[in-house]
Amino acid sequence: MEILMSIMIGIVFTVSIYLFLSRSLLRVTLATLLMSHGVHLLLLTMSGLQRGASPFLNFQADAYTDPLPQALVLTAIVISFGVTSLLLVMAYRTFKVHNTDDLDELRGSADE
Amino acid sequence: MRQKQIKSNDVMLQIFARILILIIITFSIYLLLAGHNNPGGGFIGGLMTASALLIMYLAFDMKTITKAIPINFTTMIGAGLLLAVGTGIVTMLFGYPFLTQFFDYFHLPILGEAELTTALPFDLGVYFVVVGSALTIILTIAEDDK
Amino acid sequence: MTLLHWATISPFLLAIFIPFFYKYLKKIHTGWFVLILPLVLFVYFLSFIPVTSSGDVILRSVPWVPSLGINFALYIDGLSLLFALLITGIGTLVVLYSIYYLSKVKEKLNNFYVYLLMFMGAMLGVVLSDNIIVIYVFWEVTSIASSLLISYWFHREKSTYGAQKSMFITVFGGLSMLGGFSLLYVMTGTFSIREIIANVELVTGSELFLPAMILVLLGAFTKSAQFPFHIWLPDAMEAPTPVSAYLHSATMVKAGIYLVARLTAVFGGSAEWFWIITLAGLTTLMWGSVSAIRQKDLKSILAFSTISQLGLIMSLLGVGSAAYYFNDGDNALYTVAILAAVFHLINHATFKGSLFMTAGIIDHETGTRDIRKLGGLMTIMPVTATISLVGLASMAGLPPFNGFLSKELFFTSMLNATEFGIFSLESFGIILPVLAWIASVFTFAYCLIMFFKTFTGKFKPEELDVDHVHEAPFGMLVSPIILGLLVVVFGLFPNILAYSLIEPAMAAILPGILAPGEVFDVYIHHWHGFVPELFMTIAVVILGTLIFLTMKKWSKSAFYQGERDIFNQVYDGGYDGLVKGAQGITRIQMTGRLRDYFMYMCSFIILVLGYTMYRYDVFSVDTSNLSPIDPYMWVISIIFIGSVVSVPFINNRIGVIIVTGVAGFVVALMFVVFRAPDLALTQLLVETVTVVLFMLVFYHLPKLKKEPVNKRLSVLKLIISVGFGAIMTMVSISAFAMGSGAGFPSISEYFIENAKELAGGYNIVNVILVDFRGLDTMLEILVLGIAALAVVTMIKLRLKGSEDV
Repeated sequence: MEILMSIMIGIVFTVSIYLFLSRSLLRVTLATLLMSHGVHLLLLTMSGLQRGASPFLNFQADAYTDPLPQALVLTAIVISFGVTSLLLVMAYRTFKVHNTDDLDELRGSADE
Repeated sequence: MRQKQIKSNDVMLQIFARILILIIITFSIYLLLAGHNNPGGGFIGGLMTASALLIMYLAFDMKTITKAIPINFTTMIGAGLLLAVGTGIVTMLFGYPFLTQFFDYFHLPILGEAELTTALPFDLGVYFVVVGSALTIILTIAEDDK
Repeated sequence: MTLLHWATISPFLLAIFIPFFYKYLKKIHTGWFVLILPLVLFVYFLSFIPVTSSGDVILRSVPWVPSLGINFALYIDGLSLLFALLITGIGTLVVLYSIYYLSKVKEKLNNFYVYLLMFMGAMLGVVLSDNIIVIYVFWEVTSIASSLLISYWFHREKSTYGAQKSMFITVFGGLSMLGGFSLLYVMTGTFSIREIIANVELVTGSELFLPAMILVLLGAFTKSAQFPFHIWLPDAMEAPTPVSAYLHSATMVKAGIYLVARLTAVFGGSAEWFWIITLAGLTTLMWGSVSAIRQKDLKSILAFSTISQLGLIMSLLGVGSAAYYFNDGDNALYTVAILAAVFHLINHATFKGSLFMTAGIIDHETGTRDIRKLGGLMTIMPVTATISLVGLASMAGLPPFNGFLSKELFFTSMLNATEFGIFSLESFGIILPVLAWIASVFTFAYCLIMFFKTFTGKFKPEELDVDHVHEAPFGMLVSPIILGLLVVVFGLFPNILAYSLIEPAMAAILPGILAPGEVFDVYIHHWHGFVPELFMTIAVVILGTLIFLTMKKWSKSAFYQGERDIFNQVYDGGYDGLVKGAQGITRIQMTGRLRDYFMYMCSFIILVLGYTMYRYDVFSVDTSNLSPIDPYMWVISIIFIGSVVSVPFINNRIGVIIVTGVAGFVVALMFVVFRAPDLALTQLLVETVTVVLFMLVFYHLPKLKKEPVNKRLSVLKLIISVGFGAIMTMVSISAFAMGSGAGFPSISEYFIENAKELAGGYNIVNVILVDFRGLDTMLEILVLGIAALAVVTMIKLRLKGSEDV
């Protein structure tokens, strides 16, 4: 399962980097969203998947899934929500001000 | 505007929304309180409350929300942060490091044996910040459609 | 924190309140509030004189970064006390002077006094600290304060130029000094100067001795304006005159002297230290005094004179370091150089301080400092003229002023150096007294120029912008009068300083030279008989006068016409080149296209990670410990990959949202499979909220356009993205193999074992979040709150007319 997940993570990163390199600001925003999925899955996969019961002591299991990556990912999900929405709103404002979402048209002048 | 069209026409949605919101909010509070021992916690509870209020926004409109919940969500972020920081500082007053958490078991009248922890107000702070942030972000955008 | 610590940082504390004084007590000149502090500190430090003159030291220490052995240790011995007295004493007089010099109506006094106090505190920190890291920190603060003060009149282009220059040069020196300090730590394992001195054999025996010495000296030379780093000091004269008198002649520029004196015990005794410092000092002395002759601005003359006098003190310290070579107790042959250095340090502070103040008075009353426009001020400003005469006579080395005594001692030291018979001095030593003597001739000449051009000759009111020139107000004269009196008093009775200040300072510069209980013989004589020094002085007077009398002839020469050092061109050229080079690189690299930046970053990550994996052979696959793949995982995977991969190909807004939403929900499903119910719940809810948000925003945004096809670009994009994905897959697989195969113990065990006992919770993830790592969570919600506020700021709080920004 870890190998399968690693390959999927690779695909997610490929797609998100490809989107990052596109001209549309919206696609860049979507890319952040996808990349955060990739990072979350990467964190979980690195510690091994399904190594025991869910991390609740009520289960009284012998082994629990590693809780630390889960705590990290929980934090990361919420933060990436903040980041994605911030980027989205920035894209929105940029469009309102400049009337375009094309990054090539948004280039600053060379002197800046 | 799309939202306004929904509002004016969809009576069914409004009726269901009323019930749904009640259930979701109740559940979200359960999640918040259960967080220490079962799935849940401030983040999840907060997000769930936020989505309940989002349903309210989709089914009705801004005015209904501000009328039903006369809270400024931006202030709510600050309140939540203060609560979380405050929990940490209170422990400092007793000479422990910042954010040391304590717990103990009490025998409460009606509820019976219960565990009280200082993590709860901290989680409550998290809850407020999450609700406040999520709603601030979305409602700010939604209101800006002029 | 002891009283000594509070005294050291008290200027910083007072500085906090200065803006309030300035704002709410406008009627009273802010300087009066500041004045009290250096005065109190001066008296406080005076009370240490009995301690140091009896040979004792005081050490007070407060831990700062205990894990690295960095303590805020303050150390009072003769040397640091002497500097502390200079800083607070001259500081008091300068503040008093500034009260009359700076108008409380026109000037931004709050800035001035905050910077001045910042400097005062930092300078006290430099001279009192025992820890070299603490010294370094304070050292840089003095550089910052100095350049802030130089650019005090920041609307003048010259001020900012001078400030920038001094900043560049002194910070460059500061950084190399930090390097030298680090090497000292490497050699001795301690940051404490006293302990370094106690373990000096570790330094002298090390091969890092020379690099450490050169790096430290770079710091000292840049700060003390030694040749060829002196170019910043003349440009620093753009600062208000009280600042020039304080920082750029009496205190800050002597920090380098302090450092050299302090470290004589570490590096002294080696030929390199002797020659580098002596030659740098003498070159500076020579260059400064010759350059001073051709200056036409009073403050520029004083600046070059300061440079040359600093060189003089530096060269004395160099010669005196030979004491560590011989190490045979108080032998006047070489210790007289240290005596001369300490004595001249005090004298220079007195006469140069008074000269700067009188120059400031002339500038203030006549509106110019150009000696070509000035003249005949003797009758108009008699008091100023008298003070100047005293100061200049002392600087020129005329009896009975203190400068005469220290100049005689200087000649003695240089003549003595030829008799050492070490470090090839027997063959080259003769250049020391020769250079010293020639420089003194020029010193005498520019002193004459300065006095006679300003105060005698024809008064030229038509050249001045001011209508009515008159003597300065009394308050402004108080400080220079006090300094002028000191010049006379120290000249007539030098021995009141001898055993109270000079001897303890010498003992501090040369620890370990004397046997316990002994003291240096520092009795200063006025009359030595008909010795070579006397004839040297007489020759100086004659030749100097000759130069002055023939100035008309010299003033036609190209040398006299130019005022700026050739090294300024090196600096300016280097600066321009740096800026141009940076702009060139920026032009190539900063295309303004987000895509290009991403390409740089991603390619770099691919290269670095790929190289690391290849070089250290870390890519490993561990198939022994994989968890089985349930059949439904295949279905989930296919849906997930399908939705993710389709995102770039969909050009329909709603379609894109739906597809990314599906991906997000599938991730939630995967979290369920991976036994992370908390994550699944969170992901589900976040995804819901995100989808709504995207809906709302996309409603306002334009349709997604098809990317224009550009074959080369598409291939490049594909290569980078596939490369990145492949690297991440490899990272993931290797990390898993490392974790399960290599047997690194997981820190999670601690959380699992202690969640119940220490935090009373069963949900380990939640316990980690709110209890074990509560601080992280708190910062996380802070970030979330900031993001929300940023959204509000962007959308709601819009300034009118900012639409086009």
